[in-house]
Amino acid sequence: MKHRLGKLFLLVGLVAVIAAGCGDDKKTTTTASSGAGTSFAAGTTMARIQQAGRIKIGVKFDQPGFGLKNPTNGQVEGFDVEIAKLIVAAIGPNVQIDFVESVSKNREPFLQDGTVDMVVATYTINDTRKQVVDFAGPYFVARQDIMVKKDDTAIKSVTDLNGKKVCTVKGSTSEKNLAAKAPSAEVTLFDTYSQCAEAMTDGRVVAVTTDNTILAGLVQASSGAFKLVEAPFSDEPYGIGVKKGDDAFRTFINDRLEAIFGNGDWAKAFEKTLGAIGLKTPAPPKVDRYTATPPAPTTAPASGGSGSSSSSSSSSSGSTTTTAN
Amino acid sequence: MDVVLDNLDVFIAGLRTTVGLTLLSYAVALGVGIVIAACRVSPIPPLRWAGVFYVETVRNTPLTVLFVLFFFGLPKVDILFEPFPTAVIVLGGYTGAFVAETVRSGINTVSRGQAEAARSLGLTFPQVLRIVVLPQALRSVVGPLGGLFIALTKNSSIAAIISVSELVFRTDNLANETARAVPVYLGAAVAYLLVTIPSGVAFRALERRVAFRR
Repeated sequence: MKHRLGKLFLLVGLVAVIAAGCGDDKKTTTTASSGAGTSFAAGTTMARIQQAGRIKIGVKFDQPGFGLKNPTNGQVEGFDVEIAKLIVAAIGPNVQIDFVESVSKNREPFLQDGTVDMVVATYTINDTRKQVVDFAGPYFVARQDIMVKKDDTAIKSVTDLNGKKVCTVKGSTSEKNLAAKAPSAEVTLFDTYSQCAEAMTDGRVVAVTTDNTILAGLVQASSGAFKLVEAPFSDEPYGIGVKKGDDAFRTFINDRLEAIFGNGDWAKAFEKTLGAIGLKTPAPPKVDRYTATPPAPTTAPASGGSGSSSSSSSSSSGSTTTTAN
Repeated sequence: MDVVLDNLDVFIAGLRTTVGLTLLSYAVALGVGIVIAACRVSPIPPLRWAGVFYVETVRNTPLTVLFVLFFFGLPKVDILFEPFPTAVIVLGGYTGAFVAETVRSGINTVSRGQAEAARSLGLTFPQVLRIVVLPQALRSVVGPLGGLFIALTKNSSIAAIISVSELVFRTDNLANETARAVPVYLGAAVAYLLVTIPSGVAFRALERRVAFRR
């Protein structure tokens, strides 16, 4: 009995050690490398960050192409990360960036309670979310597209999917968009996109549909067996989340975005990350300097799915661009 | 609870698929199970080994793994079944392993003397099994076979992972659409109980009917 108890303690100790080791995992630190030493008006978020010499930024740790933690060196890599670095570089050349893992559900709470200063995490701009946070950008617009086998010439647009077997993932915006645009498509639903790709290889379905950023990764992994149709049929504008009402910070980020759209840094960041998984560099989107609504009295934060594949953006794609400039 | 009442048609459609899938799979399972049980008590060693091998591999593999292997694995050797037939085969084969063990234990309840008497009358081994042993063996395991039916009803929910639109599949979708997971899943639980409780009662009644007094 005593012996067994000893083993139990050993086990508990081991678990504790492992857990402690993992604790570090949720944060990684980088220093922005370039940028000019500008000075900011006292009391602004930029001045505070410059003073402190560090900024906390929420990014995804599990989204290939946007924010993915590299298991070999512990760095977070992707387009979102590059955009974040480019923005911070304009606050000060030596500002340290703490990347904090943000999943879809904690993005709003993190901004509201100050856990992070901004969120760059495939964060789709929509009206529900604008009630609780504010968005700079968009800095990228993902689009739902279609993937087919490379010798398929019958499917040219979303309407061609009517009557065909099409695969997507359960509970995603992609599923709703598909039902709206091709109501008589025979939809097969799995839990992951890799299963959809498998089903297409096996000939169970003739097409897979979701955001082009995800499909690009699948096309690349198929080593030439699949191709993108490139007939996008929905928009998911990705924005940078800031605390509700921090208009100075939002304007600063928007100015900075326009600067990197213009000077080629944005395109370079794209080529380095999403370009590497086979996406063509698009024209930069137009920054949406909307007039912020006063904070709503709601208590529940709008938690939604990830920008790339979940809830609450199908209905918003029309309304997010209404007050551009 | 409104979200359940407003979507009763979703639950009914899902339940219909679940019941159909369960009944078909159960028929397959009984067939497979009796054949495997016969193998396990057969006088021919290779048949016995095959029976043991089937029961031990299938019974000791998670059902989810079997589903994925069948659905995504068989097409690699050019065998392609649609989701629903795949589900019937996998659920039937899986439950069949448990039926085999149940039936074998039933066979063990039939006294050895009966089989020996039948053999001495000139019946072949299959005849002994079919005419003398199995009718008695099956009667004694109606209760456990009912338990397997109920387990199968619930296991059929795993077919959701290969896009069979049974009760859990539709419940998942409804929960996603309405963002009201708790009432929706409570609705699904009630729907399962509507099937499993009456089947338990039915199997108990059947058990009493076929029981023989020694």
